[in-house]
Amino acid sequence: MPRNLWPRIVLVALVVLGSVWYLYPPKQTINLGLDLQGGIHLVLGVETSKALAAQIDRVAEDLKAAFDRKGIAVKRVAREGAAVVVDIASPQVWTDALTATNDFTAGGGFERREEDQAAGRFKLVMSERYAAKVKEDAAAQVLERLRNRIDQFGVREPTIARQGPDRVLVQLPGVQDVARAKALIGQTGLLEFKLVERFVDETARAEEIERELPPDQQLLPRRIVDKETKTERRVPYVVVRRAALLTGEGLSEARVEADPNSLGNWQVGVTFNSSGTQRFGEITERNVGRHLAIVLDGVVTSAPRINERIPGGRAVITGQFTVEQAQDLKIVLNEGALPASVENLEERTVGPSLGADSIRQGVIAILASGAIVFVFMLVYYRLSGLIADVALGLNLLILLACMAAFGATLTLPGIAGIALTIGMAVDTNILIFERIREELRLGKTPRGAVEAGFTRAFRTIIDTHVTVLVTAAILYNFGTGPVKGFAVSLFVGLAASLFTAVFFTRLLFDLIYMGRQKVSAISI
Amino acid sequence: MIQLFRDPTYDFIGKRRWAYVLSALVIAVGVVSLVSKGGLRYDIDFAGGTLIQVRFAERPQIGAIRASLTRIQLGDSVIQEFGDPREFILRLPLTKLPSEEIIKRVQGALGAEASLGKFEIRRVEFVGPQVGRELQLQAIYAVVAGLVGILLYVAIRFDLKGGVAAIVAVFHDVLVSVGMLSLTDREFSLPVLAALLTIIGYSVNDTIVAYDRLRENRGRTGAFRGIGFAAMMNIAVNQTLSRTVLTALTTFFATAILLFFGGKVLEDFAFALFVGVITGTYSTIYIAGALVVEWTAYVEGRLRRGKKAVAKA
Repeated sequence: MPRNLWPRIVLVALVVLGSVWYLYPPKQTINLGLDLQGGIHLVLGVETSKALAAQIDRVAEDLKAAFDRKGIAVKRVAREGAAVVVDIASPQVWTDALTATNDFTAGGGFERREEDQAAGRFKLVMSERYAAKVKEDAAAQVLERLRNRIDQFGVREPTIARQGPDRVLVQLPGVQDVARAKALIGQTGLLEFKLVERFVDETARAEEIERELPPDQQLLPRRIVDKETKTERRVPYVVVRRAALLTGEGLSEARVEADPNSLGNWQVGVTFNSSGTQRFGEITERNVGRHLAIVLDGVVTSAPRINERIPGGRAVITGQFTVEQAQDLKIVLNEGALPASVENLEERTVGPSLGADSIRQGVIAILASGAIVFVFMLVYYRLSGLIADVALGLNLLILLACMAAFGATLTLPGIAGIALTIGMAVDTNILIFERIREELRLGKTPRGAVEAGFTRAFRTIIDTHVTVLVTAAILYNFGTGPVKGFAVSLFVGLAASLFTAVFFTRLLFDLIYMGRQKVSAISI
Repeated sequence: MIQLFRDPTYDFIGKRRWAYVLSALVIAVGVVSLVSKGGLRYDIDFAGGTLIQVRFAERPQIGAIRASLTRIQLGDSVIQEFGDPREFILRLPLTKLPSEEIIKRVQGALGAEASLGKFEIRRVEFVGPQVGRELQLQAIYAVVAGLVGILLYVAIRFDLKGGVAAIVAVFHDVLVSVGMLSLTDREFSLPVLAALLTIIGYSVNDTIVAYDRLRENRGRTGAFRGIGFAAMMNIAVNQTLSRTVLTALTTFFATAILLFFGGKVLEDFAFALFVGVITGTYSTIYIAGALVVEWTAYVEGRLRRGKKAVAKA
């Protein structure tokens, strides 16, 4: 009897048991990639520079308010690039103006630069560190709010992760209504209330109207949905005051309601928080008789007339919404606007029916190549071929179990990787068997030939494995989702073949041939 | 016992010049195809753009699809039947529009064309210009890293000559595969790149088996003493021939099945692997070994000339 037979049997038994343990039940343990189960893969670019500009704009506004409060006369306070430029009105206020900015420079967020007393001008420049922090905060908040939106939407096992400084990866497996999910994620959700100056002719050209507008006014469009084709277009609608009187930050809650004026349409009712309620009351009181535009991400949803002061802090957003649109708008308003808009850098969406087709074809490919290799080995190497086939079966079991244990994802190229692994994993056994045959031809005894075959082939096997493993590792490092899946199944399959095709096959050979007193021939 | 080759003694190395001619021809055909088609056609993975896979309820007129897409003016779109007469792939070039807008317009345009009937959008891939550029860079990096990694490994495990010859053989395989991709009008996408990298690993794997054998033989005294390097290489290739061909066969089966039954989405990927397995096996037998022989002969020739020169002086 060869030594160490029992420990080897126990090890193999443990591996088999462990694999079955991790793999059972396979429907729940194997993660299917988006290309197999259908779903959305998005890489969103967060426009952090816009968040930065918005932050500097806010500081310019605050500074202007501070000057007003202290009675310091200034000609201009405006953003220029990453700085706020201040032009004072007269030389007398120079010192006061500088002192007034101390509140802004104290925290280290801004620095005073290019002080030119003769011209009465200085700049507040945002420090690099503060700028980096604003960008970082914006990206982090986008991630946070997207996560909340998606949680509300109800997706099973979504992936929402930062990718580098200004990117967010969103993966939503199994989503059926792709357009809806994308709309929910992609919309900034900035709700603003703006005072209407006048309504415009919807057939007019936007550029012509805009050319004559003063700088504190802007033209906003409205969305028109074609009932027949369900397509949307935007038309010029109202001219409003640029400054928002109130934003979504003043909301405490949003909810979906049936639109009482338009059957089958839905609206979103909003309740303001206490400061929002007070502000909304003041706005409506001061502007009775005028129209108030409710603007969502730069598009007017409605512009109702203010008939009287509205004290209760409630408003409705109407706009021919379907129930889904209203629900999603509710989610967006409740979770808050994104601090910076996001842009689609990459999108890969697979419908569930295509994923199902891919799985079917992939399984057919695996079964077919498995069957051919199985029969081929059996016919060519007889009993030894059968041993290799059993080893191949164990290889596939370990491969799937490893994927389950590590939470790796099986993708369509990953299935191809398994089919390819079947072809390549028997390579190791072919190397060994050919070597054994050769040793037999040289006149070795069967036992000696088996011994020599395994030992001599081993070095070559290591070499061949290393080269393929190296390429698989490179693929994993560089590839995107589906290609990564291919690298994973190739890597794990080949690594497992070291165990199955060498260790396990050898054990079977030993069990079959080494126990006997005399071996006259081996079936190879 | 079935045996493909019983103690084969084919003169592979002796016929290496013919192999060079064949390889040169195949590569030339590929290069001509590449040049005449203005380079490889990059899939949206690298070029950026939008791909939309649509299945119609009824078999549509391709002209009607084209007409509806022309109306929305999203640039030169490519319309391709995809595995089934009701299934199509629409490829749209990069525009300034965001992806949602493009999809909405395409959906609207197809919906407005009454003759097309009902349809389902089964897959959308959008790659923006930034990501496409990054993927291009990463692709180059991956191929170079793969080649360098293997060169280093073979050079350390064997010798530099073997490493360089293995890389040339692998490069040969990549050239042939890329040429065939161009010849059959396929697109270069991320999965195809993955296939090329796999070919690199596979092809070098074969080559290593032969080198390993050569080294083992050289270490032995006796039977192999007094035989020239070319003959030794030939013996090693012959000794490993049955293994090379058998493995090639099993892998070939696997890729052939992927190509013919794996579905349309995987087709280009499987095709690249399919070609790669064939050329990888061929290059092991005819290119990698032959190059080492060529190189060794050159070095030995110079040494001999050098000695003669010394003797004369």
